[in-house]
Amino acid sequence: MTTITTRESTEDQAVGVKKSGGFTASAANYIDERTSISGAVKELGRKIFPDHWSFLLGEVALYSFVIILLSGSFLTFFFQASMAEVVYEGSYAPLKGIPMSAAMSSTMDISFDIRGGLLMRQVHHWAALLFVAAIGLHMLRIYFTGAFRKPRELNWVIGFILFILAMAEGFTGYSLPDDLLSGNGLRIIDGLVKGIPVVGTWTSFLLFGGEFPGTDIVGRLYSLHILLLPAIIVALIAMHLLFVVVHKHTQYPAAGHTNQNVVGYPVLPVYAAKAGGFFFIVFGVVMLIASLFTINPIWNYGPYDPSPVSAGTQPDWYIGFADGAMRLIPPGWEFVWLNHTYSLNIVVVLAVVGLFIVTVMIYPFIEAWITGDKREHHVLDRPRNAPTRTAIGAAGVTFYASLWAAASSDIMATHFHLTMEGVIHTLQATTLLGPFLAFFIAKRVCLALQKKDREIVLHGYESGRIVRLPGGEFVEVHQPVDEYERWKLVSYSDFKPLMLRPNAQGKIGPAEKVRAGLSRWFFEDRITPVTQTELDHAHGDHPAEITDK
Amino acid sequence: MTTIKTPRARRARKAGRRHPLASVALIAIGLLFTGGAYAAFSTSTAIATTDASSQQTIAQGEKLFAANCATCHGLSAQGSSEGPSLIGVGAASVDFQVGTGRMPMQMQGPQAQKKPVQFTAEQTAALAAYVASLAPGPAIPAAELLDSAGDSANGAELFRINCAMCHNVAGAGGALTEGKFAPAIENVSAQHIYEAMITGPQNMPVFNDMNITPEDKRDIITYLKYVEDNPSPGGLALGSLGPVAEGLFIWIFGLGAIVALTVWITAKSN
Repeated sequence: MTTITTRESTEDQAVGVKKSGGFTASAANYIDERTSISGAVKELGRKIFPDHWSFLLGEVALYSFVIILLSGSFLTFFFQASMAEVVYEGSYAPLKGIPMSAAMSSTMDISFDIRGGLLMRQVHHWAALLFVAAIGLHMLRIYFTGAFRKPRELNWVIGFILFILAMAEGFTGYSLPDDLLSGNGLRIIDGLVKGIPVVGTWTSFLLFGGEFPGTDIVGRLYSLHILLLPAIIVALIAMHLLFVVVHKHTQYPAAGHTNQNVVGYPVLPVYAAKAGGFFFIVFGVVMLIASLFTINPIWNYGPYDPSPVSAGTQPDWYIGFADGAMRLIPPGWEFVWLNHTYSLNIVVVLAVVGLFIVTVMIYPFIEAWITGDKREHHVLDRPRNAPTRTAIGAAGVTFYASLWAAASSDIMATHFHLTMEGVIHTLQATTLLGPFLAFFIAKRVCLALQKKDREIVLHGYESGRIVRLPGGEFVEVHQPVDEYERWKLVSYSDFKPLMLRPNAQGKIGPAEKVRAGLSRWFFEDRITPVTQTELDHAHGDHPAEITDK
Repeated sequence: MTTIKTPRARRARKAGRRHPLASVALIAIGLLFTGGAYAAFSTSTAIATTDASSQQTIAQGEKLFAANCATCHGLSAQGSSEGPSLIGVGAASVDFQVGTGRMPMQMQGPQAQKKPVQFTAEQTAALAAYVASLAPGPAIPAAELLDSAGDSANGAELFRINCAMCHNVAGAGGALTEGKFAPAIENVSAQHIYEAMITGPQNMPVFNDMNITPEDKRDIITYLKYVEDNPSPGGLALGSLGPVAEGLFIWIFGLGAIVALTVWITAKSN
């Protein structure tokens, strides 16, 4: 059961310090007298966290990051971020005597000649995939439950920047071994950069220190990968967590859950123990995966050479949507003007993907502007109770998923015996039309679920029992919903579309008109929560529901 | 060039070299040499085909051909609208197509697919002998080229440069246009790999002996057999498909397991 916080645990400790003079007590006292840490422990230890599985997804991301830091530190002991050419003389026979960069050679050594090196590489890489995946799922949870609303908008932005930085970390790491796959990935980035009008070529030369691939890029990416990006990520994670503490955790609607309280366990001792244990569980899962499944077998790919490209060359999953976006562009989107080639196939991808990313990042502000809602929200929305938001989310997920799937178009073609063209054309259609379809379906499903909830609150569950009344009438006995359940079903805020009101000068500006239009679009179709009056009436109308028990 | 020391002779040479027809003669000589060398090469690959098979085997092959292949390839292997001519494709081609079960073809499609082999080794050899008897073509490779004892590092490099763009670096296969595909090369015999290289079945280009020497082909086979015989050092290879398989795995099994554990951790005790 969930409990409201109590002070017992911390007070017990405080009393214990004075009474018994054991080692723990005196050590704690020693530290407290010099750091005054008991204040912080008291404050944080009594912090309440609600318990729900979906609240642990962010923790999974955090723990994956810790695993990445640990395994990554190990790898830096042996990795050489240099593109100086060496001849591989390690233990993997099919690469013996092949010239390659020191980066590739040292990664081969980590994989084959350093004890535990391959395991650490695989732990690092699998944890990186899990890191971004957990962030993604965490973001979806935040979005669909409306946890980004005031006062948490800034924390959404911070979290989203962390997501972008995680992708950047992933990509720079993917490029470090200087194997064929990473080189191909960099070549695509080089092409993307060069496709930017006017500054593209210059930027590419700046990035690679001359013509691609040059001899600088691995060293530069290494600095970003192990120094700059992790430092920013750590700082932002700290801010992210600080905000969680400052704002208090959100909770799902349930009996007794209000915007003024938090129902759950205190951090000390229960939640801390659970969270601490959970770290080791996540670590264990990553270890298990890393010890059983190969990831990024650079020995197959061989050293980078600009001429070969392997079939099935893809980026890691989180860059897939960008790769897929480029695969979906029809051929021939280029033109020459004033002796310069303009690559719309690249510019359009950059624009669309960029717009998508920015929209997601500032979504909390967009929604707040449309709804005009300036209240604080600490109780989450059930996705069905915000149909338009849920529908927008479904559309966004469909759009992203179509781009993402397109990155594996060739694998889908071979494994499902389809034509590559068929796969691409289908995904082009789902990218353009799918979001609209998803929006419509999701919104209707939400409204239908809301109607069902309303029905349940007013009339209870169908029991399947048919009773014949003395007058000869047949009625089905409904099982009324219990009060706890009813709380969950009726406690959501109702919105009405904004009214257009003239400002102080008595004018209605165009921005206000747009806003009112969007607000109408947002809230036009809605199911209002059941009111007390309706509830009383409903029970009055159906005496059979309550009398028969 | 030969050099003759006497001034007189040198003068005569000079005059000869500047003769108006000298360049024409030079081109003629050059063409003669390259053409001759090419002819010598292509016949040398064809020689082995016919002499190994007796007339009896060829006759048996002809009967099998008439019964199983002629519907599409024509009664004398001249080809039809349903199938190409087999004159000059050589024994290697027949051994590959029939020996891997691709022929007789199950159905028309983007390309012939592997299926259980329909003929015995003896019958396949007879068919090969018959087709080889029609015209010279690539022969079934000698055993010493198939022993997988070459230089795997050289083979791996050649494979990455020449083969990996369709077949994937680990030979896991890949997609081509319009439903065609490069099949996976796991568990394909050395002989069939070699034959595929010299005959270019389906959509595969021919890698003849001047493009990739027989020694190099042996190295490539050595590499492929190395990959096949040595399991991935990192554990299960997930089909060697690269990041797509890895991404799918982490989302379904990695994150799936983690979510199951979060549900377990937050479950209320009864």
